[in-house]
Amino acid sequence: MSEGAPVQQEDETEAEEEATGDKPVETGAESVVRALENAGAEYVFGVQGGAIMPVYDALYDSDMNHVTMAHEQGASHAADAYGIVSGEPGVCFATSGPGATNLITGIADANMDSDPMIALTGQVPTNFVGNDAFQETDTVGISQPVTKHSYFADDSDTVGFDVSEAFALAEEGRQGPTLVDLPKDVTQGETDVQPGEPKAPDTYHPPEEADDANVQEAADALAAADRPVILAGGGVIKANASNALRDFAIDYEVPVMTTMPGIGSFPEDHELSLEWAGMHGTGYANMAITNTDCLLAIGTRFDDRLTGGVDSFAPDAEVIHVDIDPAEISKNIHADYPLIGDAKAVLRQLYDAMPAAPDCDEWREQCQTWKAEYPMEYETPDDEPLKPQYVVEKFSEVTPDDTIVTTGVGQHQMWASQFWTYREPRTWVSSHGLGTMGYGVPSAIGAKLAAPDQEVVCFDGDGSFLMTVQGLSVAVRENLDITYVVLNNEAVGMVRQWQDGFYEGRRMASEYPWIPEFDKLAEAFGAQGFRLEDYDDVEETIEAAREYDGPSVIDAIIDPAENVYPMVPSGGDNGLFALNEDHLDQL
Amino acid sequence: MPGPAPDERMRPAGRRNSQGIRIDPEAEATHQPRQAVLSALVKHEPGVLSEVSSLFSRRQFNIESLTVGPTVDHDVARMTIVIEEPDPGVQQAKKQLEKLVPTISVEELEPEATRRELALIKVNGEKPDDVQAVADMYGGQAVDVTTDTVTVELTGSQQKIDAAVEAFQQFDVQEVCRTGTAALERGADTLETDD
Ligand SMILES: Cc1ncc(C[n+]2csc(CCOP(=O)(O)OP(=O)(O)O)c2C)c(N)n1
Ligand SMILES: [Mg+2]
Repeated sequence: MSEGAPVQQEDETEAEEEATGDKPVETGAESVVRALENAGAEYVFGVQGGAIMPVYDALYDSDMNHVTMAHEQGASHAADAYGIVSGEPGVCFATSGPGATNLITGIADANMDSDPMIALTGQVPTNFVGNDAFQETDTVGISQPVTKHSYFADDSDTVGFDVSEAFALAEEGRQGPTLVDLPKDVTQGETDVQPGEPKAPDTYHPPEEADDANVQEAADALAAADRPVILAGGGVIKANASNALRDFAIDYEVPVMTTMPGIGSFPEDHELSLEWAGMHGTGYANMAITNTDCLLAIGTRFDDRLTGGVDSFAPDAEVIHVDIDPAEISKNIHADYPLIGDAKAVLRQLYDAMPAAPDCDEWREQCQTWKAEYPMEYETPDDEPLKPQYVVEKFSEVTPDDTIVTTGVGQHQMWASQFWTYREPRTWVSSHGLGTMGYGVPSAIGAKLAAPDQEVVCFDGDGSFLMTVQGLSVAVRENLDITYVVLNNEAVGMVRQWQDGFYEGRRMASEYPWIPEFDKLAEAFGAQGFRLEDYDDVEETIEAAREYDGPSVIDAIIDPAENVYPMVPSGGDNGLFALNEDHLDQL
Repeated sequence: MPGPAPDERMRPAGRRNSQGIRIDPEAEATHQPRQAVLSALVKHEPGVLSEVSSLFSRRQFNIESLTVGPTVDHDVARMTIVIEEPDPGVQQAKKQLEKLVPTISVEELEPEATRRELALIKVNGEKPDDVQAVADMYGGQAVDVTTDTVTVELTGSQQKIDAAVEAFQQFDVQEVCRTGTAALERGADTLETDD
């Protein structure tokens, strides 16, 4: 896709599906399924079990596709990734007790990253609730702190409405996960009440446009700034505001950096792009965010991995904060100009309110100087083990611009975000706020099903891959064309890096004395396996894996000593990012 | 041409305080905690109390008291929450509370709002007349009298109850039960009830 071409999924297509068939529902379970159909859900990721069986039985007659996962954690991550890529809530099912608790990691992950998702869990029959019945857990109690809202369905007549409401709530306003707990007697019970279209709760009123007077003040401040910069968060992508962002930044010539979840909202190969800021962000983004005098931050919650120490975060900047969630305003960083509203709507308002473009040629030059001074570089000595950055970069070069990248959590995740050039929204799918190892394998499954025509590459770590490797069985069964690349350093490398940096090299529980051969493991699952050790084989192996029709796994044996830089130590000053170990020692 | 090392880079002079507010580093301005009363109308349904209390505990808002009770509308309950937080914390607590799905509306009450607390104080009953005299001083009344104990009922502001409990110490206080603050805005002001 060339620059300026329409961004995918940008404008909501009116694809509201007609309710499947007019056959009236007769049970609570049927009304649950009908509510999902009415909402337009196409896929369900889940695992069967006693308390959820009535719902599965109703699914038997539905046109929705069920993907049987190998573990409920995988079901919630797959649904989460489906939600990120499609923009609509991903759906996951689990039974009561262990099924529900296994979902929790993925729900918490979606909550931290504001990903739209709905989880439906079986529950013991209502008259057993509270008696410690077989496979009973307080699922609403456990999940409430990590959802937008959790519902306990207590009536066959209204359970369909609970599901409709939970679906709408997950999608509207600041997106996030919701859960509906479904006691077996409620789903088995008879009803003749037909569920309607998704409708958010009557107490829920997400804002749309920001107050015009506030917008004008913010626009005036930005236009008068000497060193303005835009910080685009994940909210820009969630609001389908990437085009609005591009229009604004390019027409007013304001440099742009993103947060990690905001990757893809602005093309990284554009002259105005500084890529992303934060702990492992680029040196140039961190210099710019430290020295700006006016920060236009959109759809970001100022996470500590972004800000570093608050005392030294953009300390000279007036902050214009655009967010749909009023509670994010001045939560971590004080907003001088709070603009509460939908990112796309507010960006358009700001565009119209700008009296002039900021006069900041010098600042833009300064940003270019920083780009020249702190390039993202690494060395590739032929006689040493493969550098992971090289593998990522080569992949990025040969794949189409709309290729979707998913990851596990650790060093490999950072290399995948640093050395791939992202140009489109919804092509970067990762676990940010929760930092969940194991996110890689199932997220690639959800992403592929949401975008079957796009290539999907998952960069995983050896440690992360082992946490959810069983998901390969699903990718094989569903014949999903996914390329998994394990950047194998035979270690939980990110922990090893911190031990070397901050714990005097005492490598407690961070190196694997023995790990499986992932290419052979892949073959055992029925996927195609490759082993990659030499620079000479990189391009050929990438091609072979991409060409294989179905899931393939490249076990890339990389330099175990490689570390992630730049680095701002936890709570540190972004402007003092370290480029190597010597710098770290100086801090 | 590698760029300057950390200690040689250009650096801004400004600073922010721990609440993310830009400050003059010379005159560090942190907000001091203050007492605030949040009054909330919520849907009267199962799980709401636990949702609210779990919100306050996981976000580490300092609760002094929390009361819940029905209103004239059977579907709506009122919660009165007294917190001790610096200003940004009070705003955060209010906004987080507003975000909960069962929440209909939230206001921070004015400092002059009517605030009352009810207390039952059980003391040694050897000197019932003296107990009665102290109770009178605070506008209270004995509600249960036995040969061993007297239980006094009192209402008033939190400070008044604090003072009364202190005064009753001379009779060897055996048990105290306080309800926490109930409060309403003075005058015609009411909380929004339409969703
Ligand atoms: C579920 C979970 N457990 C533990 C951690 C802590 N942790 C963060 S990164 C990391 C190492 C990951 O190892 P690997 O997947 O091999 O990635 P690498 O850093 O080696 O690239 C660990 C253990 C985590 N983020 N998630
Ligand atoms: Mg590793």
